[in-house]
Amino acid sequence: MNELLKQLTETVGVTNDEKSIRIIIRDLIDDHVDEWRVDTLGNLIATKKGTGESDLRFMVDAHMDEVGLMVIGYDSDGSIKFQTMGGFDDRALLGKVVQVGTKNLVGAIGARPVHLLKRSQYNNLVKTEAMRIDIGAKSKEEAQRKAKIGDMATFVTDYEELGEMAIGKAFDNRAGCAVLIELLKGEPYPFDLVAAFTVQEEVGTRGAKVAAFAVKPDAALILECTPAYDLPNKRDVSPNVMLGKGPSIYVMDARTIQDPRLVSHITRTATEQNIPFQIRRPGGGGTNTAAIQQSGIGVPAATIATPARYIHGPTSMINLKDYKNVIALADASMRSFSREVLKR
Amino acid sequence: MTLNVYDLMKKLSETPAPSGYEQRIVETIREYWHPLVDEINVDRVGNLVAIKKGSGKQPRHRLLLAAHMDEIGLIVKAIERFPDEAGGNGFLRVTNVGGADRRQMYGQKVIVHSTGGRDLLGIIGSLPANMLPGSVRTKSFGYDELLVDVGLSYDSLVEEVSIGDFISFHQPVRKLLNRRIVGKALDNRAAVAATTFCLDQLSGREHEWDVLAVATTQEETTLLGAHTSAFSLQPDIAIAIDVTHGKGPGVKDDVAYELNGGPVLGLGSNVHPGIFRRLSDAASAIEMTFQIEPHQRFSGTDAAGLQIAREGIPTGLVEIPLRYMHTSVESIALADIERVGRLSAEFISRLDSETLSEIVAEMMD
Repeated sequence: MNELLKQLTETVGVTNDEKSIRIIIRDLIDDHVDEWRVDTLGNLIATKKGTGESDLRFMVDAHMDEVGLMVIGYDSDGSIKFQTMGGFDDRALLGKVVQVGTKNLVGAIGARPVHLLKRSQYNNLVKTEAMRIDIGAKSKEEAQRKAKIGDMATFVTDYEELGEMAIGKAFDNRAGCAVLIELLKGEPYPFDLVAAFTVQEEVGTRGAKVAAFAVKPDAALILECTPAYDLPNKRDVSPNVMLGKGPSIYVMDARTIQDPRLVSHITRTATEQNIPFQIRRPGGGGTNTAAIQQSGIGVPAATIATPARYIHGPTSMINLKDYKNVIALADASMRSFSREVLKR
Repeated sequence: MTLNVYDLMKKLSETPAPSGYEQRIVETIREYWHPLVDEINVDRVGNLVAIKKGSGKQPRHRLLLAAHMDEIGLIVKAIERFPDEAGGNGFLRVTNVGGADRRQMYGQKVIVHSTGGRDLLGIIGSLPANMLPGSVRTKSFGYDELLVDVGLSYDSLVEEVSIGDFISFHQPVRKLLNRRIVGKALDNRAAVAATTFCLDQLSGREHEWDVLAVATTQEETTLLGAHTSAFSLQPDIAIAIDVTHGKGPGVKDDVAYELNGGPVLGLGSNVHPGIFRRLSDAASAIEMTFQIEPHQRFSGTDAAGLQIAREGIPTGLVEIPLRYMHTSVESIALADIERVGRLSAEFISRLDSETLSEIVAEMMD
């Protein structure tokens, strides 16, 4: 059992309220970094000093927030109204067990049962507005005492492993956080590594914007978890990325064209080190890379991601070999990184 | 044996038993019932039948207490490969066993029970909305979109899993506030638990009638267990214990009942008025609050099957209010389970050698 992934994915850190996950990550990295600080938005920024061989400043970003729900009101029967924080498909929420607030109160998301619907209503999408969180409160007053307006909620999903796969919530982006923690545990790099565990990626890559501005790195690597659509699909014959085929390297998404020098450095490293990799099919999506690339005078940036199925839902799935290869590839790419790579 | 209702419900709920695949729950229930009864056997269609002898003179009257033990589930209908080439991923296409609510299936954990005897943990997934055909993007998920993913390649998957394998939902029981719990298959393990409480109570008190406690098979699909057990056991009276809709989010109207509001006594076409009256008398005798559910036609419970076995059986229905029926977040108040157990025991201990003739006489009275 990968205890790090278990701990990180089972911890709550809904976007805009990342305190619990921030404290856990701080505790996990404290012995492996020279200094850390928390900025105004809540980014945890840590420095692991290099050997001194290179004066580069290299930033590695992993966002620590996850999509979730926020308490916004109550019904007279004690059930809780909520809104979503970050991108959700309405259909992912119904019938799920959630945890509410800092005391992790268990609740259920329910709606009118299927027996009490007309046949034609069964196919209707149940909208988030029609769902409630039920914590078992008997009255509005009891619900108000137990869950405050603004309290966050997310799924309760036990991390479990099945063969070479792992399932759990929030691999997006606790997988990236776990990779970054593993990098910090390793031997020093030739240059100072600035690790940024950033906030608010899920609501517009806001944490990374200020983190990159403060760090002013010479180059940046973004560690992510990218959705894999390697499922039966009538419209398209090939998957965008596929679980088990290795780290997914971005070339282009909806908001960036990744730095070509970094991309080729990473793919060359992978080839030399015999680490499998796949180029993510160029297209939609967006990560912190966009915010970091555009920071200040601009930052050469690239992205390596662990592919995951069913992200932004209660239960996503990664291949643990991919995860380990992301660690290996990020580590090797950084160890062989120098100013040479950035030469025009 | 001291029964803890939460521990009992956790054990019962987390044991998988889709309709027709009840071998494991039979063993779990047998462990609880065995010390409380005189005889216990599994019949030819899979009902677990326990007999607790009464103190009356032979030939004694017999009461059948039915709680179905099966749960809704899924079944494998096809195995697909994607991409369709060597080394491609394997996925299961499924359909429902019983009235499982597919609107809430995306993202649920499931267990695939392979014919080879292995349990495979998996997820119900789908392509994201933006990759689905436009015609279904704004609808609830259908079985054309949903798939079960156990994380295996197609080649490994077809070695493990076959078309026709059963799938159960996987959701541990968890506590909510106010002694309520949430989990899967509380429909109808809550009634199995209530029956267990009833048998436990009867171990310490006098009852003239023989009690035939039956954990019935396949209620969610065909009422098989109710029809067959009532036919073979020939009871004089039958009581079905089941769940009914609880008032709560999305259900404010008069088709649902208060959680923690006490037993719900069914009334209507599946229920004999004489049994209903005696159930309500029993509740009043122990000062227990109860609720009444009138059924127009089909109660959707074992009572419908029990009532029309052989020449007809005077049948009653006792229900436990439950929210979000046929989802993985069914929710009940534990106190209602204990109450239904107590009420059933009270009802049974009030039966005597005259009860049956009184019920018959009342029909023309």
